[in-house]
Amino acid sequence: MDWFTLSPEEWDAIRLSLRVATVGTLFSVPAGLFIAYALARWRFPGKFLVDGLVHLPLVLPPVVTGYILLLLFGRHGPIGAFLYERFGFVLAFRWTGAALAAAVMGFPLLVRAVRLSFEAADRRLEDAARTLGANGITVFFTVVLPLALPGILAGFVLAFAKALGEFGATITFVSNIPGETRTLPTAIYTYTQVPGGDGPAAQLAAVAVILSLIALVVSEYLARRMSARIGG
Amino acid sequence: MFEVTAKKKLGDFSLDMRFDSKAPVTALFGPSGSGKTSVANAISGLLKPDEGRIVVGDQVLFDSKARINVPVHRRRVRVIFQESRLFPHLNVRQNLLFGRWLARKSAGNEFDEVVHLLGIEKLLKRRPRTLSGGERQRVAIGRALLADPAALLMDEPLASLDQARKQEILPYLEKLVAGARVPILYVSHAREEIERLAQTVVTIEDGRVKSVGATIGEPQQAVPANRVLNLRS
Repeated sequence: MDWFTLSPEEWDAIRLSLRVATVGTLFSVPAGLFIAYALARWRFPGKFLVDGLVHLPLVLPPVVTGYILLLLFGRHGPIGAFLYERFGFVLAFRWTGAALAAAVMGFPLLVRAVRLSFEAADRRLEDAARTLGANGITVFFTVVLPLALPGILAGFVLAFAKALGEFGATITFVSNIPGETRTLPTAIYTYTQVPGGDGPAAQLAAVAVILSLIALVVSEYLARRMSARIGG
Repeated sequence: MFEVTAKKKLGDFSLDMRFDSKAPVTALFGPSGSGKTSVANAISGLLKPDEGRIVVGDQVLFDSKARINVPVHRRRVRVIFQESRLFPHLNVRQNLLFGRWLARKSAGNEFDEVVHLLGIEKLLKRRPRTLSGGERQRVAIGRALLADPAALLMDEPLASLDQARKQEILPYLEKLVAGARVPILYVSHAREEIERLAQTVVTIEDGRVKSVGATIGEPQQAVPANRVLNLRS
């Protein structure tokens, strides 16, 4: 076996993983920003409940998260049935479902990082912007968001890395279908279960290490560049 | 130009202010902790008084009885803060144009005039963190001037600068104050600045107005703080 060539199945798993993690994380950003902002700045009844729900995937066994997703978003689940009947949109056992699982599992990491950067933002700059004529929304987009960008980026990369490695919730919710839901981790798992699968499993593990390292290096680089630009 | 009645409880401190000044430049003088910044914030709208009435020029900005409370961003009271508060993610030019952009005005001649007046032509592309304290404060002044102000509120603009920097900025402030077309409230605990810049001085202590007069401290005659004064003529 050649160490440097990957089989089409392996490429499939890598491409799928990147797509699932990218789509899942990107779609979770708007909701993540909103919830992080609400948790950082607003007082509202049931805040502790929202906080708890967001963090639940961090502490629950991933299999349980996947099972809950299946109950809610499966074809017969309340949300899944609605999506299917209204829009013909199916999540269970599709790559879109894998993206949803990845998003849910990465969400707490995203929200935590973004929330911290919203809390750390200098409120006096926001006051200055208001006296210069900026309403709440303008202040958010011209001052709060740009200043929180390094934290948002850090949260994005963490969530992306988590999404890339997500296994338990994914396999429970969308199973392990080659070309559809067989992501990098589930592919590695599958290879370890068959005779002669050690080689491909090791190759894919190496790919996972490289992808994670790239994500970390890129985020570190961008964060440094941004803090240098923004300055203290 | 400034007609202020404001009551506010802030923990142990209570503010109970009443003054009225018709001068183009009014100074608010008092030791630190006397409530100067609270009054400034009440005028800019960053602090909401428990009760009172605030009129700047001919605009009623706050009136607890009439339930008027114009939001901060519509007051057009432009503030120059002690710590500049320039936006670190924008360069000097973008900082200068921030309020102007929101007021939907183009850069125009006024931009060049203000930049020239403050001597910041060479700083336009720099980031705030690369500026000295004096340069930052000049940019902050420009940013307020260019934001189509209805009034200017200078809250200890020189307090965080050393003596040399103060002497660097004061001439700019004098020029600005002389040419200003809008009412200015100058908040400070420095006698020299106030004597050079303001015609009417409101002296406050411990949240109360102690005197209103042409000079700091005891006025020539005891004046009820609420009496309308025009000491410029």
